[in-house]
Amino acid sequence: MQNSPNIPVQPNCPDRRRTQNAVVIWCRDKLARYIFLAVAFSATASLLLIALFILKEGVPFIIKVGLKSFLLSSEWNPAAEKFGIYPMIIASLWVTLGAMLIGAPLGVAGAIFLTQFVPRSIMRIIKPMIELLAGIPSVVYGFMGVMVLAPFIRNYLGGPGLSLLAGSIILGVMVLPTVISISTDAINAVPKTYLEGALALGATRWQSVHMVILKAARSGIIASIILAMGRAVGETMAVIMVAGNAVRIPHSALDPVRTLTANIALEMGYATGLHRQALFATGVVLFVVVMILNSLAIAAMKRKTGN
Amino acid sequence: MSNPFVSQTPRMTIRNLDLFYGTFQALKQVNLLVQINRITALIGPSGCGKSTLLRCLNRMNDLIPGVRVTGDVLLDSQSIYGSDMDVCRLRKRVGMVFQRPNPFPLSVRDNVAFGLRVAGITRKNQLQEVVERSLRAAWLWEQLKDRLDSPALSLPMDQQQRLCVARLLAVEPEVILMDEPCSALDPISTGKIEDLMLELREQYTIVIVTHNMQQAARISDLSGCMLLGDMIEFGPTGNIFTNPADKRTQDYISGRYG
Repeated sequence: MQNSPNIPVQPNCPDRRRTQNAVVIWCRDKLARYIFLAVAFSATASLLLIALFILKEGVPFIIKVGLKSFLLSSEWNPAAEKFGIYPMIIASLWVTLGAMLIGAPLGVAGAIFLTQFVPRSIMRIIKPMIELLAGIPSVVYGFMGVMVLAPFIRNYLGGPGLSLLAGSIILGVMVLPTVISISTDAINAVPKTYLEGALALGATRWQSVHMVILKAARSGIIASIILAMGRAVGETMAVIMVAGNAVRIPHSALDPVRTLTANIALEMGYATGLHRQALFATGVVLFVVVMILNSLAIAAMKRKTGN
Repeated sequence: MSNPFVSQTPRMTIRNLDLFYGTFQALKQVNLLVQINRITALIGPSGCGKSTLLRCLNRMNDLIPGVRVTGDVLLDSQSIYGSDMDVCRLRKRVGMVFQRPNPFPLSVRDNVAFGLRVAGITRKNQLQEVVERSLRAAWLWEQLKDRLDSPALSLPMDQQQRLCVARLLAVEPEVILMDEPCSALDPISTGKIEDLMLELREQYTIVIVTHNMQQAARISDLSGCMLLGDMIEFGPTGNIFTNPADKRTQDYISGRYG
């Protein structure tokens, strides 16, 4: 073996110096640990603080007005101190459901296409592009909705255009990256031996996919859809721009609606007193809904299929 | 026992088969006859191409990008690489058991019924009948008849592997390819699979790849020894193990490679 002239020979340091070095290294190690611990903790702490803050502002209001009349009354008139968010709950549910009806099948189909029917090299180009969709600001989606989608609906389907349907479509597109990228990961995590086994029994590619691979990846796919629901429930800006914001229970997909998030964002700027507290209480409701959805997603991901 | 080398028409004929992974040649001018109702073993050191050869017989190599095959493989005198060959039909006729048991994450029943569902059969009675017959043939019926709806992945390894055999028998293949079917199993489970193979030989044609030379000696009628993509010797198992014609076969069997 030849000694390369570029590699300096390790200096023979005396014992004392070596111990000193060890102490320094040990201290640095400890220090790094605490710094990272603090950073990690600050993320958790901010979640906790946010939760505490909205609970502190919102819960007294709910107690005062009564949970039932707050959630189930249809009249929202802050000037007359009427605070019923039922129409907005319904609107949020419908918009989310609509977004899922559009986003989930498209997203899952996209994930199947990317993982099963496209060469790896092409998938490596397409998948990052889809993930870039997640980086487009929601106001830009809203802008597209206002300029393109709403006039389209108005001209071809009727109604004001700014509607439940428009909100659902925009949200359906916005959640695509979430559904596609998590479903793709879930499908890719399915052992290749399942595909081989199915093909070796004479199944076609599509039979193998829907009879075996999708079943094996089911929990991950469900998790992706639940996470997407969380995003759809919480999305604000795009919905404000395209959904029309009328506080009333929709009777068709073409009616304008106001979601819970839109309600907070629209009125927070000028709300005071009881009105302001009512908006915080709306936030509590949203917070609880999103927490439930996230917990469901985590539970679904943990669940092993077939075991 | 009849002389295994007395030839009826062979079930599969491999003629001058070359296979390339990109520029690497994994099989070199391989010739082989697979006899009906015989167990043919492929032995040889790791990387000699025996699994690759096995996977040529039901075109599983098609899944690997960049594979090129020349030469021919005949199943009952029809070329399986011909343009008129339906690969799905081929794989129903030439089934495969893999190295690691790979039951699907479904119930025992759905695993066995998979091949029939793929073929479009959905009648409950018929499925039930085939499930029972196949599990019986793989010696699993007694153990599993009360657990048909439990998940297949909860079974012990050797039952999983026999379930894979049962799943295959349900589609009534003509040839069964086994790619080191016992390498994930303990000796007792291995014995069970071997006994099963000997029984299946009555009705099926079996080709097995194995690392275990004793296993090849115990169960196979014919053996082919491969080295670096060449079929260096092929003949009745007795001859290969007691009186090999090729010096390299002798060296492999006596443990000088591998």
